[in-house]
Amino acid sequence: MAIRRGRGVAAINYPTGMNLGGDPTQALVHSTPTGNFMVTLSSVDLGQGMKQIMAQICAETIGVPTDRVVVDTADTDTGPHCMGTFASRGTHRAGNAVIQAAKEARQVMLEVAAEELEVNASDLETDGQGNILVKGAPQKSISIFDVALSAHFKRGRSISGRGMFLIPRSYPEKETGAMKPSTCYAHACTVAEVEVDDETGEVTVLTVKNVFEIGRALNPKMVEQQLVGGSWMGISHALYETTEPYYPNRDHGGTDFNQYLMPGPGDLAETQIIVLERPSADGPFGAKGPGEMCANPQIPAVANAVFDAVGVRIDTLPITPERILRALKAQAPN
Amino acid sequence: MELRKNYFADQRKDDLHEIGQPRPRSDSPGHVTGKTAYFADRNFPGMLHLKMVRSPHHHARIRSIDTSEAEKHPGVVNILTAKDVPHNVYTILILIQIGPEDETVLADGKVRWKGEAVVAVLAETERAAQEAAAKVKVDYEVLPAVFDMEEALKPGAPIVNEYHGQNHYLYDSGECRKVRFGDVEAGFAGADHILEQTYQSSPIEHAPTETTGCIVAPEGNDRFTCYTNTQAMFFTLDNASIILQMPGNKLHFVGGTVGGGFGGKVDVIVEPIAILGAKLTGRPVSFIYSREEEMQISSPRAAEKVVIKDGVMKDGRIVARKVTGYTDAGAYSRHSPYGAQKGAGHYPGPYTIPNVWIDTYCVYTNRTPSSAMRGFGVTIGDFALEVQMDKLARLIGMDPLEFRFVNAYRDGDMKAHRQPTEGAALIECMQEASRAANWPVAEKYMAMSSYAKGA
Repeated sequence: MAIRRGRGVAAINYPTGMNLGGDPTQALVHSTPTGNFMVTLSSVDLGQGMKQIMAQICAETIGVPTDRVVVDTADTDTGPHCMGTFASRGTHRAGNAVIQAAKEARQVMLEVAAEELEVNASDLETDGQGNILVKGAPQKSISIFDVALSAHFKRGRSISGRGMFLIPRSYPEKETGAMKPSTCYAHACTVAEVEVDDETGEVTVLTVKNVFEIGRALNPKMVEQQLVGGSWMGISHALYETTEPYYPNRDHGGTDFNQYLMPGPGDLAETQIIVLERPSADGPFGAKGPGEMCANPQIPAVANAVFDAVGVRIDTLPITPERILRALKAQAPN
Repeated sequence: MELRKNYFADQRKDDLHEIGQPRPRSDSPGHVTGKTAYFADRNFPGMLHLKMVRSPHHHARIRSIDTSEAEKHPGVVNILTAKDVPHNVYTILILIQIGPEDETVLADGKVRWKGEAVVAVLAETERAAQEAAAKVKVDYEVLPAVFDMEEALKPGAPIVNEYHGQNHYLYDSGECRKVRFGDVEAGFAGADHILEQTYQSSPIEHAPTETTGCIVAPEGNDRFTCYTNTQAMFFTLDNASIILQMPGNKLHFVGGTVGGGFGGKVDVIVEPIAILGAKLTGRPVSFIYSREEEMQISSPRAAEKVVIKDGVMKDGRIVARKVTGYTDAGAYSRHSPYGAQKGAGHYPGPYTIPNVWIDTYCVYTNRTPSSAMRGFGVTIGDFALEVQMDKLARLIGMDPLEFRFVNAYRDGDMKAHRQPTEGAALIECMQEASRAANWPVAEKYMAMSSYAKGA
C-alpha cells in the first residue's frame, strides 16, 4: 500500500455562442450632457463582471477612460433585447453590439467636435483621456465634456448609437450534419499532477497547469478570476460532484452542502494559468468566450493522471475513492 | 496568471488604452462590503410566499387533488392547480420554433419525476405556505418508471412523456442528430488498431451561492414587475407571456447582479407561476428555491453516456472516429435537445480526422429534467474524448502529448460538420503546456504551427 504519483494531459477547444435563432444581442449607447456615456443592455451580470467589461469596451471605442462609462443592464423596460448570459456568449455578443453602438455615438461626437473646431470630422482623433484632437496638430483640441455640452444645448445633436450582434441561423443538414454551430473557438491544454492513495482510493490533486487561448484578455485580472475559478470547478467535477451518486438509481441525492460533495480550500491544487491570445476575426477586440471551456480540460487531465498513478481507468464521473478501490480490486491478481 | 505575448504577436496589435488593462471591477467594493443588492433584498408590504406541493413519486397518475384542508390553514391566501394556468403545457425553446410543448407548469393528470410541481400554495408567511402544502392531499396511482437510458430506449419501456410519444427527442434527422464525414467503415478497415470504449457521467448541480427565485410586485398601472435572477431577461419574459397568455407589455423584468448562474438559471420555472400568483391575489409574491430545491428540483447538468470507437495507425494518425452520445434529459426537454445537438457539432474534438460518424441522442427518463450547465453538451464529451486520446496513445506506444500534436487541427482543415477551421491555437497551447509542465516533446512538434500549411 502506497501513495502513488501520476500526471495526465488533456487538450480541448470550445465554441463561442450558440446556434439557435441567430444568437442576437443589442446595445444602446448615449452621452450625458457632460460627456459621460451610458451603455444600455438587458444582458445579465452573473457575477463574472460583465458590466465592467462592457464599460471597458465602450470606453475603448469612444476614446474615453473607463470610469466615464456607466452600464445600465438587466431591465426590460430600458434595455434592448439580449438572448441571455450563457453559452460563453456575453462578452462576445454584447461586446460586439456595444462596439457598434459606441462607434455610431463616437461618429456624432466627432461631428459635433468638428463643427466646434471648424475642421473635418475625419481629421479628428481621441486621446483616450477625454479630449478630441486634430490629427497632426494636437494643440488644437476640445474636451469631450465641452463637445457633449455643445451637442445637448447648442447643436441639437444626440450623441448616441445603436448596436446589434446577429448571425444567420444555421439549420443542421439532416443527413450529413453540416452546420455552423457557433463562431470562434477558444483552446486549452492542461497538465494535472495527482497523488493516489491505493489503500483508501483518495486522490489529491497536487498541481494543475493550464494554458488557455482566449482570443484576447480584455481585462487580465478579471479573466484570471474566471480561469482560476473554472480550473477549480473542473477538479470538483472530476473527483467530487453529483446530485445522484448512484446514478441511474435516484436514491441518496444530496440536498445541502453537507451532503453534496465539493472540494474545500484545502482540496484545491496549486493552480497555474498561462494565457495566449490569438485574436478572433469576429470577436470584440479579438476576444473569444473563455467562460465555459476553462472548466473542461482538468476533468480528463485528472482522470489520465489517476491512471498514470495507479494503472486503473475510471471512465465514470465522478472519480470517487470507491470507484478507484473497486477498479484496483478488480485488477489485482487473486 | 501569465500572458504569453510571444505567441501570435503578428496577429495582434497591443496599442489599446482600456482593453487589456487590469482595471478594478466597479462592482467589487459592493460585493465585498455587502452593499450589492440582489433580487431577494426587496421586501414589499403584504408580500406572499409561494411553496410547491411536489410529487413524491417518479411516475404516477393523479387521480384527485384535495386542497380543502390546506385552504383552511391559517395564513393561506390562494392555492393554484393546473386549471389556473392559462397555457399550462409549454417548452422554453418554442420561442425559436423548437417544440413540441412537453412540460406542465403545474402537473395535470400525471407526474413524470419525483419532485415535479403539482400544487402552488400562496400564504402570508413561508411557514404557513409550507404547512399548508403538507395538508394538500393528492391521490396517486403509481406507474412503472424508467431511469436507465438504455432501458428507456428499449421497445416496451414505460413512456416517460406522451408529448414525445417515445423516450427520445425526434430531430428532423430522425432519432438522433447525425454528422457524417468521409467513410468511417473504410477508415476502420484500414486502421492498424481499433479501440471502442464507453464513458459515463452522473448529474451535476450548478451550486450557485444564490438559489433560483423571483419576487413579483403588481404595479398600479396593471403591470407586473418581476425581480428575478434569471440569466436571460427577455427569454424569460417572453415565455412567461406565452404561459400566462398575458401581453408582454404588462410585464417588466428587472435583474441585477446574480449570485452565480452556471447555466442553472436559464430555464423558465419560478417566474410564470409567481406572476400568476400576484395577478390572482393582487399582492406581491416571493418564490425562492430552498437549497434542497436548488439541489434536487432545479435542472442539473445531464448525465451522459458516450461510446467512442476509433481507428488509429501505428504512426499516431486517427483515421476513423465513431461517437454515439446519449444525453439524459430527465422527464422534459428544456434545453436538452439543443445540448445533444451541440455535442454532435463538437465531436470529434479539436482533431482532424478524415472519417467521422456521430449520433447524439436526447433520451427521456423519469428523473429531474436536466438542462444547460457551463460547458453544455461539451464538458462530458471532452472528458470522454481526452481519456480516449490517452488510451489510444498508450495503445500504440506514443507519448500522449505527442499523439495529440499528430492529430491537432490547423487553420483550413475541414471539420466533420463541414466548417473549415479558423483561428486554431491548440498546437500553441500544447507547446506552452509542454514547457510549463516540463513535459518535453520532440523538436518537430515544438516547431509546428496552427497556421495553414504553406501560410
